[in-house]
Amino acid sequence: MKTLTGAKIVMAVLKEEGVKTIFGYPGGAVIDIYDELTRTDIQHILVRHEQGAVHAADGYARAKGAVGVCLVTSGPGATNTVTGIASAYMDSIPILVLTGQVPTALIGNDAFQEVDIVGITRPCTKHNYLVKRTEDLAPVLKEAFYVARSGRPGPVLVDLPKDVIQGKTGYKPLTEPRLASYKPTYRPNKKQLHRAVELIKKAKRPVIFSGGGTILSNASRELIEFAEKLHAPVTASLMGLGSFPGTHPLWLGMLGMHGTYRANMSIGACDLLIGIGVRFDDRVTGKVEEFAPNANIIHIDIDPTSISKNIPVTVPIVGDCRIVLKELNGLLDADRVKIDKKSRENWLKRIEKWKSTNPLSYEQKNTIKPQYVIEKLYELTKGDAIITTEVGQNQMWAAQYYHFDSPNCFITSGGLGCMGFGLPAAIGAQVACPGKKVVDVAGDGSIQMNIQELATAVQYKLPVKVVILNNKYLGMVRQWQELFYERRYAYTDIEHSPDFVRLAEAYGALGLRATRPQEVVPVLKKGLESPLPAMMDFWVAREESVYPMVPAGAAITEMLLV
Amino acid sequence: MQKHIISLLVDNEPGVLSRVAGLFSGRGFNIESLCVAETMNPSVSRMTLVTRGDEHIVEQIKKQLNKLINVIKVHDLTGTEFVQREMALVKVKAKRDYRAEILRIVDIFRCKVVDVSPTHYTIEATGTAEKLGAILGMLKPIGIKEIARTGAIALSREKKGKEGAYGKD
Repeated sequence: MKTLTGAKIVMAVLKEEGVKTIFGYPGGAVIDIYDELTRTDIQHILVRHEQGAVHAADGYARAKGAVGVCLVTSGPGATNTVTGIASAYMDSIPILVLTGQVPTALIGNDAFQEVDIVGITRPCTKHNYLVKRTEDLAPVLKEAFYVARSGRPGPVLVDLPKDVIQGKTGYKPLTEPRLASYKPTYRPNKKQLHRAVELIKKAKRPVIFSGGGTILSNASRELIEFAEKLHAPVTASLMGLGSFPGTHPLWLGMLGMHGTYRANMSIGACDLLIGIGVRFDDRVTGKVEEFAPNANIIHIDIDPTSISKNIPVTVPIVGDCRIVLKELNGLLDADRVKIDKKSRENWLKRIEKWKSTNPLSYEQKNTIKPQYVIEKLYELTKGDAIITTEVGQNQMWAAQYYHFDSPNCFITSGGLGCMGFGLPAAIGAQVACPGKKVVDVAGDGSIQMNIQELATAVQYKLPVKVVILNNKYLGMVRQWQELFYERRYAYTDIEHSPDFVRLAEAYGALGLRATRPQEVVPVLKKGLESPLPAMMDFWVAREESVYPMVPAGAAITEMLLV
Repeated sequence: MQKHIISLLVDNEPGVLSRVAGLFSGRGFNIESLCVAETMNPSVSRMTLVTRGDEHIVEQIKKQLNKLINVIKVHDLTGTEFVQREMALVKVKAKRDYRAEILRIVDIFRCKVVDVSPTHYTIEATGTAEKLGAILGMLKPIGIKEIARTGAIALSREKKGKEGAYGKD
């Protein structure tokens, strides 16, 4: 058995876990790890703010389907990761956050750059660890990777005191840990599966509702097969976009507060709702009492706490979405379940009518409409880009007007709704997928929350594109103020922003601007084709709002339409 | 809002109590009492916690507790056969006129006097929450100076004999 320093052990475990890239920011407490990092072939992306490192690891994890890793120092380095960790936690994204810590002897002494990051992040990590002895380092790191990616994935933080990193101990590679207290359920209960099949057989108006869990468990193929077998329409939460092809004839569009008319109406009318990898978040359900009031609900999720938390369900199925769907598909085949196509056609016709009466729509006149920018972005990228978003109107327009045909192509801070997410996440996604076009759809407000990461993109020649839908407002809050606060725009008017074109140029990126509709396509083309990171500033109609909209507390079938 | 006694086996590690307590505060569940101590296996602790909530809330509490990586087992004792004890140390003012009466109460409730002074008795009382309530009710008029109480601790009963009859305490 070799004797290694703690820093070398960190590198050894990262390599065993197949980590090729980490995102981070050095500091005193992690200087030994950084020193060791230069002697490995692990790529390190130096961000400009630790929050950026976590979001980048998050974007990387989603684009790659692997654990994203970031490394930061103690104290402020650690506290700066909290927002990113909370975002990854809400969206169940597997990331490993390594934080430096003061030497064990100083812990609790209010030492320089000391903070109880394990205490701070307890409620927003799947699990976290403070390593107190060098001998514990390898098993803890191994366990951290395992916990992050297994079951319902999530962020795991490991706090590394400086003396633990500098200490030495014997090291040999470890196998996957087994924990007495943690055994995720992957295989579903057979009885519940059979109950589900019975409900499916009887259903006249079924709707499938897919979420982030479908993407995390890699279940898209099984979902498509399932939907086609049932001849049932499919909707998705924001997190589930891409889990089912956005161009499929059975696709309803997104569900919820800014969902499509037909998706929301179909929930009101369906007699069977099959939730797959979803948690019935309040942005999806609206008024809980009036959500799917006529339906039996089958809920498939790997996390038992998600089931019957917000919505009572008829058939709970705890398990991995992919395994469950595979088994359901198998049972339906074995049963030779014949779907009554005729009654299904009636149902699909009814939905088609909703679609034609109230499609997503906007009117492109003299000023650029943000929806138009997204539509053109979709056309020019042929739907083949990875889209990340900031949060607010930009996020909703991206979700509504870009059609996602494959999973892991729409990367957004869904649960936490964290402004400043999009640009660093795009950087992470670009590192994971060098050959892909990666575009951050942003607002002029949220882009300024992590705009410093443009320097990171330039430094590492990561040609990410930023599409700013610039309405000079904090648009989503302004929209609420317009609709529910008698147009009192309290502090949502961004009176001053930098000149984004010159700012991009100052960073060494390409800066472009469109102020008139006819400039949109040329600017997008130029930006997308450039080998440089590009920031495109679109001056859009200032008071454009996102519709449909379900007011807070209303049933999702009670939408405000354009 | 039924009272539930939940018995947990958890990893005996720093921070575990905080994870459990944080879960309750963060999700707006309430804890009426919480007792923790090591089991025969020094790497495992038993937590006994008393909470209140409707069925839906208690179901969530149990699921959320199960989800914590350091929680090994969650057992809701409510609705099962179990034994339960709380303990109280009660410091009672013991003037000459009342000393005999206090000792009678101690005797009736099978308590113990664990400290004596010319002016005070300290009484150790164990039992269910109801029994302790009754003792305190008797002692209160005499004059309680201080009390220290534990929360409930509980264990499920074992079946006795072939008939599966349950034995006494």
